[in-house]
Amino acid sequence: MVKSDLELIGLRPSPYVNRVQYALNLKSIDYEFLEEKFGSKTDLLLQSNPIHKKVPVLIHAGKPICESLIILQYIDETWTSATPILPSDPYDCAIARFWAAYIDDKWYPSLKDVRMAQEEEAKVAAIERVVEGLALLEEAFAKCSKGKSFFSGDSIGYLDIAFGCFLGWLRATEKIADLKLLDKAKTPGLVGWAERFCSNDAVKDVMPKTDMLVEIAMILRAMSKAPTPK
Amino acid sequence: MADEVVVLSAWPSMIGMRVKIALAEKGVKYEYKEEDLANKSPLLLKMNPVHKKIPVLIHNGKPVCESLIIVQYIDEVWKEKNPLLPSDPYERAQARFWADYVDKKIYDAGRKVWSTKGEEQEVAKKEFIDCLKVLEGALGDKPYFGGEKFGFVDVSLIPFYSWFYAYETSGNFSIEAECPKFVAWANRCMERESVSKSLPDPHRVYDFVSRQKKKLGIE
Repeated sequence: MVKSDLELIGLRPSPYVNRVQYALNLKSIDYEFLEEKFGSKTDLLLQSNPIHKKVPVLIHAGKPICESLIILQYIDETWTSATPILPSDPYDCAIARFWAAYIDDKWYPSLKDVRMAQEEEAKVAAIERVVEGLALLEEAFAKCSKGKSFFSGDSIGYLDIAFGCFLGWLRATEKIADLKLLDKAKTPGLVGWAERFCSNDAVKDVMPKTDMLVEIAMILRAMSKAPTPK
Repeated sequence: MADEVVVLSAWPSMIGMRVKIALAEKGVKYEYKEEDLANKSPLLLKMNPVHKKIPVLIHNGKPVCESLIIVQYIDEVWKEKNPLLPSDPYERAQARFWADYVDKKIYDAGRKVWSTKGEEQEVAKKEFIDCLKVLEGALGDKPYFGGEKFGFVDVSLIPFYSWFYAYETSGNFSIEAECPKFVAWANRCMERESVSKSLPDPHRVYDFVSRQKKKLGIE
């Protein structure tokens, strides 16, 4: 392991936090995980990320870096001798960033809508958006991977991490909503990729178990239903 | 072989202006195509099928979408002249953080200022000024967000300055009175040709906003 003065403030079920863990594991970088608790934020978190007050925050030699995708790029640009995460070609880089932004801005919010929806109509509409998104991502996978195992090629990279971090929640949502979202018939490329991603050494011990995420989802859903105190 | 660069944008778009500024900083010649957002061109729909939005940069036939991704692409391809992102990884992370903050906060906060009235507008004005004050804090005593040099965050943010007159007139307030440091920074940026040539006349923006308000039935 490469020695480093690194701390990661996070919550283990958070896919955004998991992204950082995957990247650090891929580069064999040692770090200390500082676990936050649900419902309360430590002084360290509030000091390190005063603007958004969110996890993950990576603290390197005392300096905080916030926003998971920004942290991924920081890790890649700092530990350059290990496997690169971002593509070297500027165009491939732009494509990877584009899809990561799409996943964060459009696709994952739709997935959240599926498990949080209170009414059937809203749930159905959200499922449709998720499935449409997966079709786009299947196409993107074919173009980016060029027949190789991952979006980035032979090894896991930026877009694999940006998307793969949500696989646990995808499975949890499938269980809660009792449907199949990643389908061998419709998205065979992504199904194969998901299996390879989840079984990778950098990923398998970090990705939260589906049952735990189902439990958390139920709690979050109940909390959002609860009437706002006056 | 010369590079073929095309930009699809709409003149009032602050995020489209980012691309123009970045290309001007790098001295890159390009063809500009104005889009009518009520009637999007087949080219736009082909080049950005996922979002169908401007701006789009088309470099030798290949499209790049999303303004901050485009600006980074421009910085990486034409890397010799006027680098926009710093070379230090921590400084780069800070620059990306603040550009992301601008994206997350300023557009919506500004929009609420011109598109609301009464109490809602008062709340919107406060929120907008609060965001500018946060940015003033990040700027500190530096001439630019990037430090001594005009850079990524400056490019991301300065286009909104062309909308300030429209915000101020709609909201009946002075942004300079609340955030003098911010306006001083903006004026410094406007001295750069890449910026002054890429931003529209604020009065033209105001006329555009007035038409939008009529369409939306505001005032």
